[in-house]
Amino acid sequence: MIALPPEAWDALALSLRVSLVATVAALPPALWVAHLLARGRFRGRWLLDAAVHLPLVLPPVVTGYALLLLFSRSGPLGAVLEPLGLGLAFRWTGAALAAGIMAFPLIVRAIRLAIEAVDPKLEEAAATLGASRWKVWRTVTLPLIAPGLLAGATLGFAKAFGEFGATITFVASIPGETRTLPSAIYAFLQVPGAEPALAGLVAIAVAVAVGAVLVSNWLAPKVAARIAGR
Amino acid sequence: MLDVDITRRAGAFTLDVTLAASSGVTAVFGPSGAGKTTLARCIAGLERPDSGRVALGGEVMFGPDRDLPPHLRGIGYVFQEPRLFPHLDVTANLLYGARPGTDPGPVAEMLDIGPLLGRRPGGLSGGEAARVAIGRALLRSPRLLILDEPLASLDRRRRAAILPYLERLRDSGTPILYISHAIEEVARLATTLVLLQDGRVAASGSVGDLLSDPDVAARLGPDQAGALIEGRITAQEGGLATVETPLGQLEVAGVDGPPGGRVRVRIRAEDVIVARMRPEGLSARNVLPCRIATLRAGQGPGVMLRLEAGDGRLLARLTRRSVEEMGLAEGQTVWAVVKTSGVARMDVGR
Repeated sequence: MIALPPEAWDALALSLRVSLVATVAALPPALWVAHLLARGRFRGRWLLDAAVHLPLVLPPVVTGYALLLLFSRSGPLGAVLEPLGLGLAFRWTGAALAAGIMAFPLIVRAIRLAIEAVDPKLEEAAATLGASRWKVWRTVTLPLIAPGLLAGATLGFAKAFGEFGATITFVASIPGETRTLPSAIYAFLQVPGAEPALAGLVAIAVAVAVGAVLVSNWLAPKVAARIAGR
Repeated sequence: MLDVDITRRAGAFTLDVTLAASSGVTAVFGPSGAGKTTLARCIAGLERPDSGRVALGGEVMFGPDRDLPPHLRGIGYVFQEPRLFPHLDVTANLLYGARPGTDPGPVAEMLDIGPLLGRRPGGLSGGEAARVAIGRALLRSPRLLILDEPLASLDRRRRAAILPYLERLRDSGTPILYISHAIEEVARLATTLVLLQDGRVAASGSVGDLLSDPDVAARLGPDQAGALIEGRITAQEGGLATVETPLGQLEVAGVDGPPGGRVRVRIRAEDVIVARMRPEGLSARNVLPCRIATLRAGQGPGVMLRLEAGDGRLLARLTRRSVEEMGLAEGQTVWAVVKTSGVARMDVGR
């Protein structure tokens, strides 16, 4: 077992919670947006496509700053949420939001590819067999894209787990509240003599990232296998 | 039972069809691009007509103020491709649209797919997958079953292997709309024929009447023309069946089935020889006295003759030169000669 100081374990536990919440919360909207992008025929589709990809190419610090402007006490959303006790700035929920937004493009991309691989003719056939649109989606579309969905979620989880720039800008690095694993690594970097703890946290970060990519790459081809009916 | 009166424009093509289909098999026949699939999809609710009406058993499916989605129309649809759900095994595919608790057994037995029930669609052959698709549509208990060229993707041998199953399907009583551009399938299965050309109904009526109509024959193309004759097997001997038909007795090769069974035989116009006098010393076994009912010259070198004998009708295609040299005219009595093997294997059905 790696000997880590308690604050390092706290950071790991927080990071797991933040990335899990971020991934689970991002999945439904990602599924919806992926559907729109894969199947929708509407004006402004390119705009939605570009907006979804924005967090991937913007400097994370800009994304974090935008969130801060929106959710700070004086921001348009923060002004509504803070009095209700639902404020996000400088809270772990804010870290989850930042992580979710950064992971969103990756999740959408994986699901969109899976949906595009599903032949709409199968959905048409299901309709002629008496299935409503919702039943078609539940019994044909969803099972066929399930591996792609999992692949996207895994990749999104890894991205959320490693998120640093937007998180530290939006919610800072408060030990026990918003100091996620990457923030903790950054903090340990500033402290002389913390090299062993630093090495342990870096090893965990690398393991999660590599593991997620491997799992995701293992899942993605299963969409094709499912659709081939083997 | 099925009443259709619709128009649909798509680019330069206009579909403008009025048709009424009752029970049994109604075949919609026509060349590629005639609008057959568009018509079928409009009936099933997969495409929207620009205007008109689609009603099934008196219930309006599409009309000025109504457009039922496909899943509420109760119409089963077998597509050109099997479209089986790849993530489900054959049993789950068969039962997808069936009421809970339905037993796939009888339908699986009728289509000979019992041994496939646990398999995945990915491992099925084309003919097997086509049969599963037919069973799946049938187990949904449709009020109307549309078969949109379900055999189009199969080679000739596999088509021939599936046709008997479609005959069983016809005999099971579900009303069927059969879309096809293969005349031998239509001749074997259909009771009523609708001839579709350039988006319009060119002719419609009973399949026997239409196929022995020289005008319709001209539209089908000379090598497709041939009269449909229904009869009863009276004897089977050495691969040769004797069939009692309205034309008289015919000896035909390649007809399966016990004596007493009913058969349909399509005799191609090209396979009929006409003689002014009764030929003698001839190897052909079927020599029938007939009357020339109509004699119609086409644009090419061919002339189509409609021959009548008793209550039966026969089509014969001769060259213009033969007709002139023999001095053939309407109303004359002639002898029609049909070889026992003048009936293709595909053209024999129940």
